[in-house]
Amino acid sequence: MDILYKVFIDPFMQMGAAPDLLFQTLWDGLVAGVLYSLIALGFVLIFKASGVFNFAQGIMVVFAALTLVGLHEHGVPAYVALAITIVVMFALAVAVEKLVLRPLVNQPDIILFMATFGLTYFLIGFGELVFGGDPKVMIADQLGLPRGAIDIKVAGGFVSLQKIDIAATVIASLMVATLAIFFQKTRIGRALRAVADSHKAALSVGISLEQIWVIVWFAAGLVALATGIMWGARSEVSFALEVIALKALPVLILGGFTSIPGAIVGGVIIGVGEKVGEFYWGPLLGSGIETWLAYVIALVFLLFRPQGLFGEKIIERI
Amino acid sequence: MRMHHCVLGAAIAVAAGLSLAPTAASAADGIYVPLFAYRTGPFAASGTPIVNGMADYLNMLNERDGGINGVKINVEECETSYDTKKGLECYEQVKSKHPVVINPYSTGITLPLIPKAAVDKIPLLSLAYGLSASADGNTFPWIFNPPATYWDGASMFVRYVAGKEGGLDKLKGKKLGLVYLDAPYGKEPIPVLEALAKDYGFELKLYPVPAAEMQNQSSQWLNIRRDRPGWLYLQGFGTMNPTAVKEAGKNNFPMDHLIGNWWAGGDDDARPAGPAGNGYLSLDFVAVGTDFPVIKDIQKYVIDKGKSQTEKSRVGENFYNRGVLNSIYIAEAIRNAQKLSGKKVIDGSDMRRGLESLNITDVRLKELGAAGFAAPMQITCADHNGHNSAYMARWDGTKWTKGSDWMQPIKSKVLPLIDEAAKAYASANAGWPKRTEACDHSK
Repeated sequence: MDILYKVFIDPFMQMGAAPDLLFQTLWDGLVAGVLYSLIALGFVLIFKASGVFNFAQGIMVVFAALTLVGLHEHGVPAYVALAITIVVMFALAVAVEKLVLRPLVNQPDIILFMATFGLTYFLIGFGELVFGGDPKVMIADQLGLPRGAIDIKVAGGFVSLQKIDIAATVIASLMVATLAIFFQKTRIGRALRAVADSHKAALSVGISLEQIWVIVWFAAGLVALATGIMWGARSEVSFALEVIALKALPVLILGGFTSIPGAIVGGVIIGVGEKVGEFYWGPLLGSGIETWLAYVIALVFLLFRPQGLFGEKIIERI
Repeated sequence: MRMHHCVLGAAIAVAAGLSLAPTAASAADGIYVPLFAYRTGPFAASGTPIVNGMADYLNMLNERDGGINGVKINVEECETSYDTKKGLECYEQVKSKHPVVINPYSTGITLPLIPKAAVDKIPLLSLAYGLSASADGNTFPWIFNPPATYWDGASMFVRYVAGKEGGLDKLKGKKLGLVYLDAPYGKEPIPVLEALAKDYGFELKLYPVPAAEMQNQSSQWLNIRRDRPGWLYLQGFGTMNPTAVKEAGKNNFPMDHLIGNWWAGGDDDARPAGPAGNGYLSLDFVAVGTDFPVIKDIQKYVIDKGKSQTEKSRVGENFYNRGVLNSIYIAEAIRNAQKLSGKKVIDGSDMRRGLESLNITDVRLKELGAAGFAAPMQITCADHNGHNSAYMARWDGTKWTKGSDWMQPIKSKVLPLIDEAAKAYASANAGWPKRTEACDHSK
């Protein structure tokens, strides 16, 4: 009986007794969720364009953030460094298309997937060669990102909204919305969907695979840069940031690998779900459960929608 | 098209190969001391200054004195990226070159090497990390973990808190928390903190941080906000530490009540928090700064001559100086071993005797140009740790400063636990050998 009380009653009693902590948990989950959405979006874009899970997305986050901070360390003003980093990410997209993807057209997906492994290790080595292994401090102040917090009184307690988290949520939401509209409503978006359906069919109607690949890898690079800035400001800029990309996996399982809205909604569900689960039910299991709880949430959703929340339902008739 | 494949393949092969290849191999003459480094990967912030300090001191001895008693030290790095698998590969690579000592620089790498040390006759030196129980020299004659164990550190945290609260008896009813990396290293202090909680009547709250969430600790800090522990001990590593310091600031946790263990006290652990990290405390067993003759000699003979990988501005940082202390222990043990064995070029068995005879007094520290650099340290055959003193370092927003006098661990509580844990280790590992190595100093 005691365990039933702890699982089914006590957490809800806690929510009622301390609504400020409930709101704080929900806010923290929302912030994390929006940032997860941003990472997941990088995977979705590339998967839609080439049918490949981009293993290099994590290291692209590190590479973009290190480029930005590294340039600033060498005396380049923050906004100029930001602009140069964007150019570098574009150059990376072009290089990936020319040196990795183009030679592998029509090869099995697993070959392209393995190529992203190669790209990962190349970027790790190249990044360490150029920037060294030392962690760096994100130039949040120089980029005009706000400091401090807004404390809102709630039911005798308070909810603390970090200004940087508000900025991260707003920027990530805007980026997600812009990219979603761009890839859903524009001519390039339609071309992307055509490429996702069939490379051969897309080529036959005059769609340039090379152009689409450069665009999506560049978009994924911009997403990586934004992710690197936001997570770097919360911690530090180091190769450990690569791990953050793994947080997108349950989001992709939940939202579907091909759905931009799925990445958005999935990110928020995973972010809020893991924080609420960790805070209210985690202590029952010794805490530290959020990493695997995210996958449990995703798998529970899969029981009801095997194609993911917004994934395409594929029926193959025999 | 083929060319592109070749270029990419070569790049991958070079990137993968470089990470494990030792940098300058020669063990034919001199005394071979491999250094397990992690200049790359998520924990490079800690690994780089440590290995820089270790290499610079040994290279300084080569440059200034022509080695130790006329024998050059062959220093060679092997990159582990703080990855246990790579660390074990490094061990296999260097083993054939007859190293006199292995410094694994990872609790994860140390643990599987413990049973190998006696078999391969290569002593392990794990400077204030690794298995706390390996301080028992009778059970672990080939393992050395001076100057203090994680259990000593945790007990010093309790002693410090007691001092601030008005005495050990005032801890009753208080709430103390442990924020730790959810890995063997992070969990090490739990047994001693649980025992001390029982003895002194405080409540211990545990906040594990999974490795995947090191930069995403909001859940843990929400739990801390709910539980309201008065004091927190941080047993984190790498990027987990600056994130925790930042989170403490964000959650208005008093910074002078957050106390890191000695691996949470690097400059890169506190610096990212900026002014918000002002007042953060960390246990430490080595002084910071360059105002020591030994550091001046390193600058003169190694740094200024361009024979180091260390940035000039980072000489004297906390983890750098810790690397220097590590190599002081190595060099002193080599001197002891040469004296005890009568040989100039020693082997691992001689080095074990040298380590077991370490007695670095204040007088000796002064002779080494390191007066005030560290507390005196002595190892005996029975005690391979010394359970020596540490002090509380305080981050002033830009650098570490001395925040307390040297403190002793609560030995009366820690030593029986070490004894018990060593016995438990031996009985859990069937056939664990009884000590047969002679003792040069019976003290």
